[in-house]
Order: sequence, then structure tokens, then C-alpha cells
Amino acid sequence: MTTPTSSGSALGLRHLLSTEHLRREQAEALLDTAAGMEQALTGRAVRKLPTLRGRTVVTLFYENSTRTRVSFEVAGKWMSADTINVSASASSVSKGESLRDTAATLAAAGADCLVVRHPASGAPHRIAAWLDRVGHSHLGAEGHVAVVNAGDGTHEHPTQALLDAATLRRRLGRVEGTHVAIVGDVLHSRVARSNAHLLATLGARVTLVSPPTLLPVGVGQWPVAISHDLDATLAGDSSHPAPDAVMMLRVQAERMHGAFFPSAREYAVRFGLSQVRADRLPDHAVVLHPGPAVRGMEIASSVADSSRAAIAEQVTAGVHVRMAVLYHLLAGEDVA
Amino acid sequence: MPSRQRGAAGAGGAEAEGERELLSAADLARTVARVAHEIIERTAPDGEASPPVVLLGLPTRGTYLARRLAERISEITGAIVPTGILDPTLYRDDLRLRPTRALAETELPPAGIDEAVVVLVDDVLMSGRTVRAALDALRDHGRPRAVQLAVLVDRGHRELPIRADYVGKNVPTNRTEDVAVRLVEVDGEDGVSLR
Repeated sequence: MTTPTSSGSALGLRHLLSTEHLRREQAEALLDTAAGMEQALTGRAVRKLPTLRGRTVVTLFYENSTRTRVSFEVAGKWMSADTINVSASASSVSKGESLRDTAATLAAAGADCLVVRHPASGAPHRIAAWLDRVGHSHLGAEGHVAVVNAGDGTHEHPTQALLDAATLRRRLGRVEGTHVAIVGDVLHSRVARSNAHLLATLGARVTLVSPPTLLPVGVGQWPVAISHDLDATLAGDSSHPAPDAVMMLRVQAERMHGAFFPSAREYAVRFGLSQVRADRLPDHAVVLHPGPAVRGMEIASSVADSSRAAIAEQVTAGVHVRMAVLYHLLAGEDVA
Repeated sequence: MPSRQRGAAGAGGAEAEGERELLSAADLARTVARVAHEIIERTAPDGEASPPVVLLGLPTRGTYLARRLAERISEITGAIVPTGILDPTLYRDDLRLRPTRALAETELPPAGIDEAVVVLVDDVLMSGRTVRAALDALRDHGRPRAVQLAVLVDRGHRELPIRADYVGKNVPTNRTEDVAVRLVEVDGEDGVSLR
């Protein structure tokens, strides 16, 4: 019935749960849309688009978050969706309600999209599978609740990786062919995993720089190179040029139940991005940090505040990327 | 969904079977020149007391038509007419009826559109829904003194009370037909055909 138009782009995304299974054209379409959102909003009198009027986005957060939750809510509101936040501590979750019941309740209450952060890896996938199976009376037979993973345990954080890629595109002009070093606590980092897969899909070369104790099992299967020496990676050599971007990861003390490195000071000396190390980077190189940053531990205060650092730009890009994700999941016809 | 307005505009020109040429490359150039004259007549962009005129193209082909019109107008009058691009996708009322669309560029002139006479430029006018979406988008960007509409082809089948101020060519069409506008910038050649 519908003839395809040249501008038509069905991403075929029902949920956004990981970057590992995101195809390149899907990732690029999301990044292009994010750039379009930025253009659509710059320099205008009213920062509000009517695109998602009447759609309801619920952010369901079982872990604390400032930037991710705010950025999803701002993204939804700027597109006129109704956004509602449910935090585990202030909901029936604290009375013992199961994840499945909570998700089913929110779907039955009219949510079109659940944005889920959970300390257990795979929780958003379980919710998506449950909701796909039960269907939704209020949405009709074809009803569909989209699930967005906003960080699950130590697994993935796909919108963070997308916003990092969007920031690299802005700063470097491209992602393909660049060299990105991801430095620090890879073991506990969903940001590292999502970025490793997404950046590789987009054609970048990724090097993980980490003490051996902070690398996850199975990292050998990832599409990345591995280094245990930050200085050597930053310097580059004939076959591996110096990185175009350095992404510093937060040391996730709250997830560490053991001795992963001798002392915070030793970690900072060997794997922290000091001013001296930052000065050795090529002029165009960008420093990224997903935040919240622990200044003096993984990144020196002077580096975090320098013009090389794109930390604030990452947050802004996050809003545009999340608008793009909500747009592709919610604006079009239901994907059968 | 029969509200198809422009074809995939493939190469091969107007030779294919069942295809009728509406405007040749030379016709198209003359039509653009005539519409430019009409815009000058109505808005007097070179007049001292006239409000500024801004041409906003609706992607994809409206963008290039707006640039061509601006070039013609400045050749004729010497006045510089700023152009921009307005993507109305996020304001469409038929988003839920189709797979999500890719976004096009939006780029307004640096001086903005407040108090200007804005001429929206598109290639084909049919249902009027794109223009309605563009009017809504415009409202969020500022308050022009007046908004006008210029189209290369008006093919009828309006679904909203919208009409064009400047029409390159009126073409009575069947709903199942397809008006294909081809521009050098996008398609490698100029021309309009019906199939």
C-alpha cells in the first residue's frame, strides 16, 4: 500500500537493549537523526517539538542517576511526550514488588516506552521479552511497549555509547578510521562494553587500556585491542598511531568486592589521565568521560576542565541522541 | 496511502512507458524565472520600506528551488534574499501511519525570520499536509510578518484549506499518478514528468 519514499527509513528497532546487535546502518541512522534534532532545536524561540504528543515515556530507575535520567526526561519533554519517573526507592518496589509485576503495571497504566536502569545485567532484556509476550489490551492487538536499556549492571549502556559516538563525530568529523582508547575499569563498565561494540561497528579502532584485574572474562572475543600500559598506548607506534580520542572510565568502587589494584594512588599514577599525559596527546585529540568523574583518580581536574575535554558536550549530545532513540521507537507506525 | 507527491525520480529521463513530460529543463528554468518575477512583484525585496524577504525551502527539492529563486531574484533586483531550509518532518500528522522517516536538515538564516516575509518553497503541492507541518514548525522559530507559499507544481487533491501564492504549473492529476520533479542538484537533470 505505501510506496517507499526516498526519505523513508524504517530502522526496524522495537527496543534498544544493546549496541552489540545494532547494525551499522541503524547506528548511523540514529546518529544522523540526533544531528537533525540538534539542528531542529538550535536558535529557536520555542524548544518544543510536537512529535511525540500523547505518548508516555516512563523512566524506571533501580539505580541512582543524574545525567541519564534527566537527559531522557528532557528528550521526551522536548518532543512533547509525557515523561514520568519511577525510582525504585519511592515505589512499590520497596514493598517487594517483582520486576515483572512492576513492568506489567507500568505498561497497563499506559506507558508506551519504558526506560530501564537496573543493577542486574539483562534486566531490560527480560522486561522486553515479558512485555512482547503478553501484549497490551489498551494498545489493541498490535500494542507494543518499547524498552530502552539505560544501563544494566555491568552489561550495556547503549545510549551512552551513541552519545559518545555523536560527540566524536562533532569533534573529529567522523568515527570511521579513528583510534579510540578506553581507559580504566573495563570490568565493571557497561559504558566500555557498549562503546567497544558500537565504535567497532562504526569502523573505529578501539584499544582497551586497563590493569589485567579489571578486564572482564571473554574480552578476547571483543572487537578491540588490549593494552596494560597507558603511556605506550598514548604515545602510539609505527603500526598503531596515537589515539584520536581517550575515554576515561570511572573506577566503580561501589561494584568492587575485592582487591583489584593495590591502592587508589597507584591506580591514579598508572592509569589516570594527568595533565602531563594529556599534553602528550595530538592536538586534535578529544578526552571523553561518561561521568560522574572522580577528579584526581582517573582524570586530573585540569584535564577535565580543559578545552580538550568534551564532558559537557557529551551531556548535550546525550539529549539529542535520546530524542533520536525515542523518535525512532515511538514516532512511526508500530513495527510488526 | 496514495498521497505520494514526488517520484523516486530515477535516471532515464521521461522516456519510460506511461510517462508524460510536463516541463523540460528549459521550461523549468523559465518557470523558476517567472515565479521569481512574481515574488519580486508581490514583495518588492529591493524596496526601501519593504520588510525583508526570506525563502525557506522544504527538503529535499524545495531547498534547491529556494536557492534558484533567490539567485534569480538577486540577479534581477540586486537585492540579497536570504534562504534557509525548514524540515517539517517532526511536525507531520502522519508520522504514526508510516515507518519513521529520516530527518532532513534545518537551517534558518542567521538573521532569523521575525518580521520578515517568509516564502515557503516546495516542489509539489498536493494534500497540503507538508505545508501545514511547515507552518507549525515556523511558529516555533519566530513570528514572520507574513508567510507565502511557492510551488513548482500544484497537482490538486488538497486535504486542507491551503493554497499556493505562486504556482509554477497547475497540473490536474489522478491520485494514482505520480509527479516526478527532477533537479540537477539531486537527480542529475532538470525536468518534471507525470507517470
